[in-house]
Amino acid sequence: MHSVSIKDLSVSFGSVNVLKDLNIEVADGEFLVLLGPSGCGKSTLLNCIAGLLDISEGQIFIKGKNVTWEEPKDRGIGMVFQSYALYPQMTVEKNLSFGLRVAGLPKAQIQQRIANAADILQLEPLLQRKPAALSGGQRQRVAIGRALVRDVDVFLFDEPLSNLDAKLRSELRVEIKRLHHKLANTMIYVTHDQIEALTLADRIAVMKGGLIQQLDEPLTIYNKPRNLFVASFIGSPAMNFLRGKITGANQDKAFTAADLTVSLATYDAQEPLTNERDVIFGFRPEHITINDKPGPAGLSCEATVDLDEPMGADSLVWLTVAGKPISVRVDSSRRYLPGEKVHLNFNPAMASLFDATTENRV
Amino acid sequence: MTAINTISTEPHGRRPTRTFTPAKIMIYGVLAVAALYYVLPLYVMIVTSLKGMPEIRLGNIFSPPVEITFQPWSTAWTSACTGLYCEGLKVGFWNSVQILIPSVIISILIASVNGYALANWRFKGSEIFFSVLLFGAFIPYQVMLYPLVIITRELRIFGTLTGIIVIHTIFGMPILTLLFRNYFASLPTELFKAARVDGAGFWRIFFQIMVPLSAPIFIVAVIIQVTGIWNDFLLGVIFAGSKNIPMTVQLNNIVNSTQGVKEYNVNMAATILTGAVPLLVYFFSGKYFVRGIAAGAVKG
Repeated sequence: MHSVSIKDLSVSFGSVNVLKDLNIEVADGEFLVLLGPSGCGKSTLLNCIAGLLDISEGQIFIKGKNVTWEEPKDRGIGMVFQSYALYPQMTVEKNLSFGLRVAGLPKAQIQQRIANAADILQLEPLLQRKPAALSGGQRQRVAIGRALVRDVDVFLFDEPLSNLDAKLRSELRVEIKRLHHKLANTMIYVTHDQIEALTLADRIAVMKGGLIQQLDEPLTIYNKPRNLFVASFIGSPAMNFLRGKITGANQDKAFTAADLTVSLATYDAQEPLTNERDVIFGFRPEHITINDKPGPAGLSCEATVDLDEPMGADSLVWLTVAGKPISVRVDSSRRYLPGEKVHLNFNPAMASLFDATTENRV
Repeated sequence: MTAINTISTEPHGRRPTRTFTPAKIMIYGVLAVAALYYVLPLYVMIVTSLKGMPEIRLGNIFSPPVEITFQPWSTAWTSACTGLYCEGLKVGFWNSVQILIPSVIISILIASVNGYALANWRFKGSEIFFSVLLFGAFIPYQVMLYPLVIITRELRIFGTLTGIIVIHTIFGMPILTLLFRNYFASLPTELFKAARVDGAGFWRIFFQIMVPLSAPIFIVAVIIQVTGIWNDFLLGVIFAGSKNIPMTVQLNNIVNSTQGVKEYNVNMAATILTGAVPLLVYFFSGKYFVRGIAAGAVKG
């Protein structure tokens, strides 16, 4: 059974369509991440699932129940917000119990649920404090706890880590992942941070302009982006792109741009590669190697080093290929000097080819 | 030695500040003149109210009293005459208190709920509703007086305590609603969303989440309403009825009574007594008053 399913969902504010005919099925216990730049509609979608925003068209089902017109509290969801949204005048304990008190649960049961949540999130020492006396990380744990005590099927996270500093963010990321393993609840998580998306998700939905661009497992999204937007949005440092044409005879297709020719023999094409087609050749900085000697013909070229950026574990080397700057990720043990002549080895099996006009994967 | 000399002449440490710059002299000069301009009348009032009539007739209005007397103050409070009645200002004072307390409470209660609904429960047309309400703040009172007289007459509350309370509540609505709406709109909306996910409804979110966070704006609203209603003359004269005339109206009747000698000392004392309430409010809540003016700026 699907935990959350969204059917033909549209949201428009006046004449602006924020979401268009959206369909998503989220499996039971799945961790789905909605990823996209700001204004892509990901938070809107989450608010629609939560029932905090009225939809224009379509239906929303949670646990097989049509909740399209239900109030947020009746949907079986718990939500965690970016700004924590803790009630400042209440202690942590009161914050956690607020929803339960509203629902009129017996005192003993409230106590037991709070104890349980506090145990999971290590909140016991903080229960009598007010939110103002907590650090950012602690506040966000309380906010997660508030969703936890509601004992719901689906957790909704709206950029929960965006207000934290880098170190805390990575700590809490691990904590959220552990929590998901422990509870095995369905979680829908909105973020604009691709690292969070790639590390946490079972599946990622990359969104842009109110549409889902690609809904796949993280590695598929990373290695086989369906279009140019997904390819350029995912990955840091970003994917390299070269604009060129497809050339060559039937079996010996190649990508050609200026003086560069790369054989596409090992490329896993989704459609026949027709000659003279304008394409964009994309390859990640780590899917290319730098050598001192030329590699096999058709997979290698000469290039000049522009810049070397050491980043600790590895370095990013900027070179000029076919008149365009590209970056290559190499081991940081060797430094490259500007002006140095080197040879690059391409790996077309790991590359992506996009049609220059439709920007879709070929 | 030369090294030390170089260090001591070059800039180091805290930058020295000059006490008397032309700019500072100008600023403090203007401030002093402005302060004098406002303090002088107050000084004359206080001094005059402490003098007896013979001393006032000498005509030295700036000179301090030779013989200090509090007789004018007690006369103003207990036995100053307005037309036929000589019961003093205390009648008007208690009338004003009777008008003030219910008006302040009722108007703030309604306006806070209004502002909350407009900020957090946007409904179709809520923006238009708010604009119309705001527009009300810019219509001169005089335009609405005659229709309101007829309306209150038809409701049979013209010239009653209920009538003047209703009128004050209505006239306080635009500015107070604006004040509360802007304040609630400035609170994080995620707080409101979280409360909704927790299952709280309209009133529970208002009383348990919003109101506890809103002490500053309630204080500001009380200040605005207390000073506004206490200082009101026009509405009191028209709607309150002769039995409930507020202190300001009674003060006018005392000062402008044409019979007998003009008792300047009593008039001065009566005026200070009438102004005392807003004056005390300003003294003890200046911080919140400024905040209130800032909060009234349109936002959100």
